[in-house]
Amino acid sequence: MALLSVRNLHARVGDKDILKGIDLEVGPGEVHAIMGPNGSGKSTLAGVLAGREAYTVTQGEVSFDGQDLLSLPAEKRALAGVFLGFQYPVEIPGVGNLHFLRTALNAQRRSRGLEELDAMDFLQLAREKAKLVQLDTAFMNRSVNEGFSGGEKKRNEIFQMAVLQPRLALLDETDSGLDIDALRIVAGGVNALRSKERGMVVITHYQRLLDYIVPDRVHVMAAGRIVRSGGRELALELEEKGYGWLGLEQAKAPKEARS
Amino acid sequence: MSTDTLQELTRKGYSAGFVTDVEADTLPPGLDEDVIRQLSRKKGEPSFLLEWRLKSYRHWLTMKEPRWQAVRYAPIDYQAIRYYSAPKQKPKKGSLDEVDPEILRTYEKLGIPLHEQKLLQNVAVDAVFDSVSVATTFRDKLYKAGVIFCSFSEAVREHPELVERYLGSVVPYSDNFFAALNSAVFSDGSFCYVPKGVRCPMELSTYFRINAADTGQFERTLLVADEGATVSYLEGCTAPMRDTNQLHAAVVELVALDGANIKYSTVQNWYPGDAEGRGGIFNFVTKRGIAHRDAKISWTQVETGSAITWKYPSVILKGDNAVGEFYSVALTNHRQQADTGTKMVHIGKNTRSTIVSKGISAGHGQNTYRGLVKVLKSAQDARNYTQCDSLLLGDKCGAHTLPYIEVKNASSQVEHEASTSKIGEDQLFYCRQRGISQEDAVSMIVNGFCRQVFKELPMEFAVEAQKLLGVSLEGSVG
Ligand SMILES: Nc1ncnc2c1ncn2[C@@H]1O[C@H](COP(=O)(O)OP(=O)(O)O)[C@@H](O)[C@H]1O
Ligand SMILES: [Mg+2]
Repeated sequence: MALLSVRNLHARVGDKDILKGIDLEVGPGEVHAIMGPNGSGKSTLAGVLAGREAYTVTQGEVSFDGQDLLSLPAEKRALAGVFLGFQYPVEIPGVGNLHFLRTALNAQRRSRGLEELDAMDFLQLAREKAKLVQLDTAFMNRSVNEGFSGGEKKRNEIFQMAVLQPRLALLDETDSGLDIDALRIVAGGVNALRSKERGMVVITHYQRLLDYIVPDRVHVMAAGRIVRSGGRELALELEEKGYGWLGLEQAKAPKEARS
Repeated sequence: MSTDTLQELTRKGYSAGFVTDVEADTLPPGLDEDVIRQLSRKKGEPSFLLEWRLKSYRHWLTMKEPRWQAVRYAPIDYQAIRYYSAPKQKPKKGSLDEVDPEILRTYEKLGIPLHEQKLLQNVAVDAVFDSVSVATTFRDKLYKAGVIFCSFSEAVREHPELVERYLGSVVPYSDNFFAALNSAVFSDGSFCYVPKGVRCPMELSTYFRINAADTGQFERTLLVADEGATVSYLEGCTAPMRDTNQLHAAVVELVALDGANIKYSTVQNWYPGDAEGRGGIFNFVTKRGIAHRDAKISWTQVETGSAITWKYPSVILKGDNAVGEFYSVALTNHRQQADTGTKMVHIGKNTRSTIVSKGISAGHGQNTYRGLVKVLKSAQDARNYTQCDSLLLGDKCGAHTLPYIEVKNASSQVEHEASTSKIGEDQLFYCRQRGISQEDAVSMIVNGFCRQVFKELPMEFAVEAQKLLGVSLEGSVG
């Protein structure tokens, strides 16, 4: 059975339709890549799945592990095991990064009937997971994302994912704004978290990331729809020919990466 | 403070809102010279004090209630207020056996145990019930260190020379309308004197509890740190829920002599009124300290209660190198109004002041920061840094920042930074996406916003203040 099953999903912001009928099945252990030009609706899809309230779902269904995902508020989805790696991680001044993460982890543990971790046990866990993305402890005591570089923010997202161990990870442009070294570190972290039980949806504008995180399936989004799906060769084909090849209006070569 | 205490204090809604049934010795409502004479006689006061009260009263009669502050309330009928209400008990002897058990239970419920076995670790408490001090803990230990910590009435009896010398020396009776009223009718409060060179061996704390209805609350706190002395002092405040407003017009005077250091912290949680704005305390308080040469006075306040808060804990930086600090969190939810801030008056050379104000508005709350930085001609090389941040939760509340700066000496540096932000949907979503509930997320973000101030509070009280904010904000978002 699919871990995540999206059927004919339509969503809008205000009176603007953005998602216009998305179908997507992600099984446990699978990694799916979603590519597409800017503005095609990738972040919107991730946001709708995670429960961002700015979007209104007008049609369609989403089931996660057999549950009706759309009926749950954002925090319940998180507790059920949905994790969103943010394209733009948010700063929370004055709230310690570790305090934040421990509060989150303990909320999740409570909801699963597990005992909360005390500060010492948590610190040990955090230290271990931080190694995965090469973050040092000094950084962990700063305020959540405040004054972090672009790369530190993205590594922090993967660090949080490593601690929270979600069932489904939606990673929204985890590669954007990273230089090649940072990209390798982040991709290494993601690969280390691949597992038989976990599904992943990796959203990216560039094929470059997929050299490091090799997907099982690739989908191309354009104007709120998935217009092509295929194996990983689809990503390579896209790189060669650009999105224009698909006959899309916002045709731009996805080759070049920002740094 | 124990975890149980915190839980008790932070139960849903306003947990301190109960009424205690005690017999009270009260004067009928109304105010004239006779009432003041009776009050003074009941307390067995020396004549200098009665004279001072009468002078204050006569001056008060010539004054007008101020209306410049950015708060709104119906006129107060000063003849409808009862100016004296004391729980009936034998005169205090220092033994708790003589305190009405109902009153002991009240403090117990509030998490302030006064029984010898359960005393707060290393915190001496003066418990003030309806403006009358009912018990002071750890007196012996303080006495050995030479520290005088007792009720104001007791200080008048035992140390009249200190009272006469310092009373009104920082806040003269003519200072303002409410200070004049307080000077005429104050009933009790706390007194503290730390002798030369002594570092007070424990935290001192006054816990104010209003119980009686229709009674005005006029306490006076006088704290004197002699040369080179150090003291940290904390006050906490709660009141029952009543649907009429009650006036609380206290005066706090701090004297820091040469090289002395006073840290004064307040966690104010007077009953704020209900969601529609019925009831609650009018908290019109005058707080001021005078810092002599090389002395330091630091005010830290966390204000979550009261229907209306109107106060400006201030420092007169009189001596050279004196330091003044003001760290404040003021939260207004529902229909609460706060007009609060500070005054830093630089007189001495090389004086320094720091102001950090964090205003949080939720519901229909209105929050005004009003601050004055005044550098006199004599204050060569004075420096001030002011930071005012406002956080809005929702779109029906308001935040206002009114800094006044008067500089008469060109060598001084005055810096001011201000910001207003809304609690972000993005921040909330980020927290919730990690599994943190909306309420916990709000309280976490707000606590983060206040961190600079909380870290100035003594440890136990910082925890209490954080929880208090959480409770005060319940249901304020989404
Ligand atoms: N909160 C929003 N308000 C208005 N328009 C939005 C909002 N979020 C997304 N959009 C619009 O929806 C479209 C898809 O955006 P997005 O999902 O961010 O695309 P992508 O992530 O693929 O670049 C864009 O045209 C964008 O401007
Ligand atoms: Mg995007």
